[in-house]
Amino acid sequence: MRYLPLTEADRAAMLAEIGAPSIDALFADVPPAAQVKGLFDLPRAMGEIEVERALSRLAAKNLPAGAAASFLGCGAYRHHIPASVDHLIQRGEFLTSYTPYQPEISQGTLQALFEFQTQVALITGMDVANASMYDGATSCAEAVMMANRLTHRKKAILAGDLHPHYRDTALTYARFAGADIATRSPHPDVPEDIASLVSEDVSCVVVQNPGVFGHVYDLAPLAEACHRQGALLIVVVTEVVSLGLVKSPGEMDADIVAAEGQSLGNALSFGGPYVGLFATREKFVRQMPGRLAGETRDVEGRRGWVLTLSTREQHIRREKATSNICTNSGLCALAFTIHLALLGEAGFTRLAAINHARAVGVAEQAAALPGVQLLTPTFFNEFTLRLPRAAAPAVDALAARGVLAGVPASRLWPSAGLDNLLIVAVTELNTDEDAAALIAGLREVLR
Amino acid sequence: MSEWSKALGGFAHSGAESATISGNRGLQIEEPLLFDQDMAGRSGVDLPSPPDVTERLGALRRERPIGLPGLSEPQVVRHFTRLSQKNYAIDSGLYPLGSCTMKHNPRLNEKLARLPGFADLHPLQPLATVQGALELIDTLAHWLKVLTGMPAVALSPAAGAHGELCGLMCIRAALDARGEKRTRVLVPESAHGTNPATAALSGFTVDAIPANERGRVDLAAMRAKLGPDVAAIMITNPNTCGLFENEIIAIAEAVHGIGGYFYCDGANFNAIVGRVRPADLGIDCMHINLHKTFSTPHGGGGPGAGPVVLAARLAPFAPLPWVVHDRQGFRLVELSDGEAGHALGRLKTFHGQIGMFVRALAYMMSHGSDGLRQASSDAVLNANYLLARLGDVLAPSFPGPCMHEVLFDDRSLRDTGVTTLDLAKALIDEGYHPMTMYFPLVVHGAMLIEPTETESKETLDRFVTVMRGLVAKAEAKEGAAFGAAPRFTPRRRLDETAAARKPVLRWRPAAEPSKAAE
Repeated sequence: MRYLPLTEADRAAMLAEIGAPSIDALFADVPPAAQVKGLFDLPRAMGEIEVERALSRLAAKNLPAGAAASFLGCGAYRHHIPASVDHLIQRGEFLTSYTPYQPEISQGTLQALFEFQTQVALITGMDVANASMYDGATSCAEAVMMANRLTHRKKAILAGDLHPHYRDTALTYARFAGADIATRSPHPDVPEDIASLVSEDVSCVVVQNPGVFGHVYDLAPLAEACHRQGALLIVVVTEVVSLGLVKSPGEMDADIVAAEGQSLGNALSFGGPYVGLFATREKFVRQMPGRLAGETRDVEGRRGWVLTLSTREQHIRREKATSNICTNSGLCALAFTIHLALLGEAGFTRLAAINHARAVGVAEQAAALPGVQLLTPTFFNEFTLRLPRAAAPAVDALAARGVLAGVPASRLWPSAGLDNLLIVAVTELNTDEDAAALIAGLREVLR
Repeated sequence: MSEWSKALGGFAHSGAESATISGNRGLQIEEPLLFDQDMAGRSGVDLPSPPDVTERLGALRRERPIGLPGLSEPQVVRHFTRLSQKNYAIDSGLYPLGSCTMKHNPRLNEKLARLPGFADLHPLQPLATVQGALELIDTLAHWLKVLTGMPAVALSPAAGAHGELCGLMCIRAALDARGEKRTRVLVPESAHGTNPATAALSGFTVDAIPANERGRVDLAAMRAKLGPDVAAIMITNPNTCGLFENEIIAIAEAVHGIGGYFYCDGANFNAIVGRVRPADLGIDCMHINLHKTFSTPHGGGGPGAGPVVLAARLAPFAPLPWVVHDRQGFRLVELSDGEAGHALGRLKTFHGQIGMFVRALAYMMSHGSDGLRQASSDAVLNANYLLARLGDVLAPSFPGPCMHEVLFDDRSLRDTGVTTLDLAKALIDEGYHPMTMYFPLVVHGAMLIEPTETESKETLDRFVTVMRGLVAKAEAKEGAAFGAAPRFTPRRRLDETAAARKPVLRWRPAAEPSKAAE
């Protein structure tokens, strides 16, 4: 077996040194009834050629988004990843190291995390950010728990156009932690009045911007309404490229930002692994979940980085920790950081502008189709169309011709009466030909 | 120079000796922050001008600059290459970090995870276009079920701690369905910190069980803590002392006898995979760290994946989504109704860490049933070899045989003035990543060494020579040299107290002072 260096001679010599008659003897503590003597009913070892052939065969049964005209979003976005991102994250020193427990030989990871935290704080407009969470939804659930701790209240209000997977994740976490979550039904075409619902027993309001249907919101009035009642405003961002063009949550006075960072540096990968962003005000940092890299000095007085404020964490505080999270999405965070470093201010803002402009172009063409209505007057790179008939069969029909037309709302809300709604995302990767294929395809299947 | 470093001034002289004009030391090149390399207008990505359209942002266009630095592509590539060179990694050498399982990460797995047929799939594509991805998930599930003997597996948890949460929430959900309110979870003192943290997050109170003198759960003490309010016992097996819980079947029977569940932390499944089926030990649910047992890369701290295998009586409570196979092919159960009426709900977005599933399955297929058995055998052999070769100079906390890792404590160093931390830092100067230090908490000055099966005998022999040499130095009262270690690293010992006292968690422009934390 190519990954195992010990030879039979090595094994014999080592057993002699140990004084054991066989490897089986080393497993003497395992109850005999639980020792499996033979091999499991699974295939035997394979060489690289066979494994590559078998898994390539599975991969070939899928339609890669890049082989189609793809307009899917709703929490995962197909953006261009510069070639150097994937090259750099595959350097063995990043790929095959672990959590930087020994800072003297982990300065590379630690400095990159410090840069990640700074970038996240900058684009969200917040004071501080942690070293990442599993994904946007777990980040959001942890933000609700943090708001409950900070306010000593238990009731959270989730906006109706929060991504349903985020809503459901928060509900699962809250169910067992004894928190109370008020959810709202989706409202694709009418603005929602949450401000009037905020009372003095509410710990936080969770709102997504842009919303899951695409609307872009001015959250400053909601922030004010929350703060008036002593509640916190949590802003979810599922498309971080929007932050290159849209006013940041920090500028609208958000208290916590929980975001999905996949759009920068990370492939779609059928839904994971992704990277959760978590940012907040400096005064809340000691209630924050997750790892934090911090600046310090070494004995020679040189600047360096360490993991810090670990007294919040499970390995020190055990059952009193702010979260059970251990390590999370290090390499995905690194990919995010490298991509954003390449873009810089000029590239990031231009990328966002391209996304918006291309989406506006496609939305206007789609809205001109007979019987099709654009439900989102404002949006960033994702908008919602009301089709004259059910969206899911239309999407299936278009997929068969190589157009992934968008996400039918019924995939996310199966019984909410939203069957005719189609949520369409457009990025810098969508060409004019893609747009033409979408419009022609919609015209045909809606005929 | 800070006060702290002045206090250690006697050890800090090597900086002056190796002073260079640049501050670099050969291959150790000082690298400023990205933010200190900013040049406005520079970018490492060429993008076209956006098409001219009428904006649809309402009044919400960002007005102020963000403050991101501008760098060209060669600068970014050099920056991250230099940073990478300040990291130790499995690719660099032995990384015997106990309980973390730092074994070789095959590059085939990286290649396969990047096939467009996996990497370029959107999670919400029509199911007809992702049949191969669903088949991959189903195949991984099959391997995990056969290897553990358990009938069901929840694949969405993103990491070990997330898997623990999944397991304890399934237990809570099952108890709710039984109409029982049980509040207490028993957790051994030697448990990883995530265990009690997870139990608390799942709404339970934590009751610690002591270890016996053999480093295992004290069965009598555990039985004494059982009662009708005990929801579950949460045990790591092999445990964090590197030992197999030989009374595990009695433990399972005892907890089942009072109507509780047995959660197993499967962080150390790599010691027994292919030789022992957790189902045969009476376990009701167990998470598996794909990044440990099945070698998906640790990535500087994630991403991992923590699937949870479930006994039949917990399976209905598994979180969504599930992959099922029927006459129409593979499909996803995404809603908690009908066939999934008891499902826990969601634990994250979408369907799990697919990129990690591809890597883990490639690893399993490469090994096969024969290779997996050999891998756990060699992991245990390597650890016992280190126990045999170091047991006379370091103090083994418990008699062997051990499983995949060996635990020493600091008794043999007690009169030398050298601590576990000092020994770890001295190992760094010798070119090794240290073992896990000060964990588990049940012995003093713990040193938990996990060599893994992907290390050769020659590597272990060299490590033994170094470790024996360091202990000899310590016994020769050369303690001062230990206090100065590490000396040959990009940074020497860092002031963690100062970092925590006044946290600096981000770069700020010189003109923008940090607001003080409350």
